[in-house]
Amino acid sequence: MELIVEVKRHAYEQLTVLEDVSLAVRAGEIVAVIGPSGCGKSTLLGIAGGILKPSEGRVLLAGAAAADCLNPLTYIFQDFALLPWRSVARNVAFPLEHHRLDAAERARRVADALQRTGLAEFADALPKQLSGGMRQRVGIARALVVRPAVLLMDEPLSALDAQTRELLMEDFLDLLLRERMAAIYVTHNFAEALRLADRIVVLSRRPGRIKEVVDIALPQPERRGKAAQAELAELGERLWSLIRDEASSAEREVASV
Amino acid sequence: MSEARLAEKPAEPAPRREIVFRGGGFLPRPRPLQAWLAFAALLALWQAATGFGWVDAVFLPSPLGIGHAFWGLAVSGELWRNLSISLLRIGSGWLIGSALGLILGLAMGLSSLSRAIGMPLVSSLYPIPKIALLPLLILWLGIGEAPKVATIAAGVFFPTAIATFSGVDAVPRSLIRMSQSFDLPVRSIIWKVILPAALPSILAGFRISISTALLLVVSAEMIGAQFGIGAFLLAAGNLMQSDRLMAGVVVLSLLGLGLGALLGLVEKAFLKWR
Repeated sequence: MELIVEVKRHAYEQLTVLEDVSLAVRAGEIVAVIGPSGCGKSTLLGIAGGILKPSEGRVLLAGAAAADCLNPLTYIFQDFALLPWRSVARNVAFPLEHHRLDAAERARRVADALQRTGLAEFADALPKQLSGGMRQRVGIARALVVRPAVLLMDEPLSALDAQTRELLMEDFLDLLLRERMAAIYVTHNFAEALRLADRIVVLSRRPGRIKEVVDIALPQPERRGKAAQAELAELGERLWSLIRDEASSAEREVASV
Repeated sequence: MSEARLAEKPAEPAPRREIVFRGGGFLPRPRPLQAWLAFAALLALWQAATGFGWVDAVFLPSPLGIGHAFWGLAVSGELWRNLSISLLRIGSGWLIGSALGLILGLAMGLSSLSRAIGMPLVSSLYPIPKIALLPLLILWLGIGEAPKVATIAAGVFFPTAIATFSGVDAVPRSLIRMSQSFDLPVRSIIWKVILPAALPSILAGFRISISTALLLVVSAEMIGAQFGIGAFLLAAGNLMQSDRLMAGVVVLSLLGLGLGALLGLVEKAFLKWR
């Protein structure tokens, strides 16, 4: 299944935030989107998953999703978006409740998702009892339970501390590679993009346009080696030089409210 | 450079002084023993004041006298007759007002149109003391239970509508977008996301509406009723039976405490996720 996003233009009232951004995500491909803050990264992700309507443009899906897929385009949110009154297991079951599934299948999917995110023993805990990293694991489990074709991730690690981020990123990668899920991964963190992505889309500052697309040929499991690290560091330098000036002027911008 | 300077002047340690502790305080702790002691002391003082004849018992009956009157009312069934009528009025008025308030509050929270129409209406009618409407309601509904219940319902309606509206309005958009991203039907979003998220605010509204209902039932019964706690208080006052009057006040206070405790239990059961 392939996801094709074609945004001609997207504007909030008078403010154009995206212009001529097209990208296609093939099955199993991980695409990272980076750019200075306010460049419309999150907007692009919202459009890709049908949560925002582009002012001009469209989103297409090519090919059929797997038979057990209930929600081909599934988000993982920056703020986790868990229902605080539901236990972990009931949060994970939430996207299944309005589907016609028998109880056994439902329970099997929930147990499976909890198992794969290492949450099995926390099934009855409430979100407030969990650390940030564990909460995001619940967010991941809730996404896995519908067997998505493309994961849409909006800075999923940026609300977490550096150590948790590191651990969870490796878990993400394992999951994505093992399940052969495609993903759009929006981030402002080069290290995450360089670790996870098959392709990095660099957006310019507002209005966001595609500034450059960088393919990383090196398979993710081989990116830990010394030589690979040096190569990626060089690539990171290049990415940073691409957006440094824009990031600095975006950061000094005063909102016109 | 700093290294060079260090090397020049060795030995002589800088004078040391201990920093002064400046935190602490501002940490209220529960002191149940003192609370009860103060309460008991106040009662004892009160009892002494009337017992030793410092105050006339007609103006301020003693705690024991009030307890005696209370016992008498309870045994004769007079208390229950008045209380049950008041409870019936509070119950029906509160249920009607709350149901309508919930509906309007939810509508105002969910639809821009009902918000545009409802908000100015609610904010302009809320400040009216609802007891002022009783004569009008008697004109409309005749004498009897209906105008009293309607007054209570009107008083309960507004705080409930406002609390429900602000609760629904404050539901995090991220939770709603999340539900939409999983294709949840609108009905499920309202039922499974919006209402539970608004529940803390709705229950806070109930706390206000319960005391409003108590206030209004007493006022309405004082204006025109044969039975009920309000009518009982008025009659006792007219006959200068201040011990019976105070017993009625104690009953009201216990009723308020009881209803508040009940709501506390509901909050504990439904809001333990907070």
